[in-house]
Amino acid sequence: MKDWTFIVILSIVAMATPLAPILIGRLIGPRKGNELKNATYECGVETRGDTWVQFKVQYYIFALVFLVFDVEVVFLYPWAVAYNRLPLFGVLAGVVFVITLAEALIYTIRKDALRWI
Amino acid sequence: MNLPTLESINLLAVLPVLIVFGWTLVLLVIDLFIPSGRKYWTAWLGILGLLGAAVALAVRFIDARGAAVTAFDGMLTVDGFSLFLQAIFILTAVIGILLALDFLPRHKIERGEYYILLLFTTGGMMIMSMAADLIVVFLALELLSIPLYILTGFARPRADSEEAAMKYFLLGAFASGFLVFGIALTYGGTGTTSLVGVFNQLAEGEPSRDLALVGMALILVGFGFKVAAVPFHMWTPDVYQGAPTPVTAFMSVGAKAGGFAALMRILIVAMPAVGEAWGMLVAILAMLTMILGNVVAIAQRNIKRMLAYSSIAHAGYILVAVSAAQRPEDAPLAVSAAIFYLLTYAFTNLGAFGVVLAVEREDGSGNLLEDFAGLGRSKPVLAAIMTLFMLSLTGMPVSAGLVGKFFVFQAAINASVGNPWILAAAIVGIVTSVISAFYYIRIILIMYMQEGEPQVVLKPALTVALALTALATLILGIIPAPVFQLAKDALLTLVG
Repeated sequence: MKDWTFIVILSIVAMATPLAPILIGRLIGPRKGNELKNATYECGVETRGDTWVQFKVQYYIFALVFLVFDVEVVFLYPWAVAYNRLPLFGVLAGVVFVITLAEALIYTIRKDALRWI
Repeated sequence: MNLPTLESINLLAVLPVLIVFGWTLVLLVIDLFIPSGRKYWTAWLGILGLLGAAVALAVRFIDARGAAVTAFDGMLTVDGFSLFLQAIFILTAVIGILLALDFLPRHKIERGEYYILLLFTTGGMMIMSMAADLIVVFLALELLSIPLYILTGFARPRADSEEAAMKYFLLGAFASGFLVFGIALTYGGTGTTSLVGVFNQLAEGEPSRDLALVGMALILVGFGFKVAAVPFHMWTPDVYQGAPTPVTAFMSVGAKAGGFAALMRILIVAMPAVGEAWGMLVAILAMLTMILGNVVAIAQRNIKRMLAYSSIAHAGYILVAVSAAQRPEDAPLAVSAAIFYLLTYAFTNLGAFGVVLAVEREDGSGNLLEDFAGLGRSKPVLAAIMTLFMLSLTGMPVSAGLVGKFFVFQAAINASVGNPWILAAAIVGIVTSVISAFYYIRIILIMYMQEGEPQVVLKPALTVALALTALATLILGIIPAPVFQLAKDALLTLVG
């Protein structure tokens, strides 16, 4: 039960932290609206047209290729930190992982997937 | 913390699967530099890698002398069972590549990725047969399934192929969800994902055994989808019909054997304590599967669809053997019967699809039963081989199918003492075998009795595949003893 008490306290604090500035701002802040302030996006472009448009499929491919690096970093960071304390297997496993990901990159380049058409 | 070392990883024990994966990764790069139109190089190199893995497997088999070892810190078990099944997977992959060699250029869908994806899913199956941890089972299942989804849609832009891929993907993902939920509940009930741990916890009669029981049922549902057991079979006919025929052949054998490998290991190794419960469930599934598969197959006009229902029915026969393994003392005989059946089914079904490939036309038509009319006159040898396969699928002498069925029913009758469910399943199995004769023998009748001009294209690779499978079907039918002895020695073991 003791562990749960901490979780309850934590969730109360977590909810109070963002709620407090919103409520305080609403209570004591002056309200003066103008056209720019009331726009949907205060900074940014108004949306135009239908949202059901077709996107170029290449965005999707680029996102996938980005994932190669993204995932690589997630796993390589702890590996690099603990590098000198790992047994031989741990080092080899990291190397194999990097090679496999590099291969995926070679594959996409060779298949011309990175050229924007 | 115990970090893994090279010793506890025991790479030597899993060398066959490492060769498959390593070679496939190399092949992926080699394939980039093979000009299109010469992609058969990729295929032959793929076969070379598989042969290398087969040699490593044979060395492992001689080295092990029936002893089981673990690898990857107890995540994988290399025992006789997994070695036997890995041999089946490698054989299936080799024949699967041979079947595709001429098919792909003829249908203008030749891409090197075909062979690479096929090798990846083979590796997934091999890991599946060794998995000794529920997480590894899930990982191997995904590794097995995802390349198969892509392969199913390989005949893009043919709409039926794309539709089949989409259906397979959605239902496969759904089934994976069931499996993961089952694993989660098993973990919740026993506090461990390792099969050894689950076994120990259940044997002690933990208070949360009911939770693990629900988990077991959900795992059964997940694998029911994968091996196409009724009532989880809905995807099978559409996917088998829509997928390119070599993929269908490979999938109907490999994916099924992979599913059964993990199902048997989980149920028999980890859950004998609740054997009565899953034994009954599996027996009921088996009866439904055999009845529905065999009866609906009669109504099919398309041979790929008919073979899909026949493959559902055969999953039922293997399920009979699985349910016969519910008591530890009956398990060895039942397991060896099941894996021997998988072997005979692999050869026969791959061969039957090989003949379907030879008759199929470039536009994807030529799959109706009528298209086989006149085959007996224009291509007597091909028709004779098809007759052999059909007899083997029925379970007639002199063929592998008879021996496979015989061992399965023998194991079931042995285990049925005091257990009416297994007895009922065995009786249903024998009755439905007779029903299945109707639609298998109808093809023989169409080939020999009806007039027609089938267009047959027989290229060397396909001929080799057909000769191999036909010979194996015949030899396993005449002298099954040496191979069955191997299956008998291939015991499932609890290590760790």
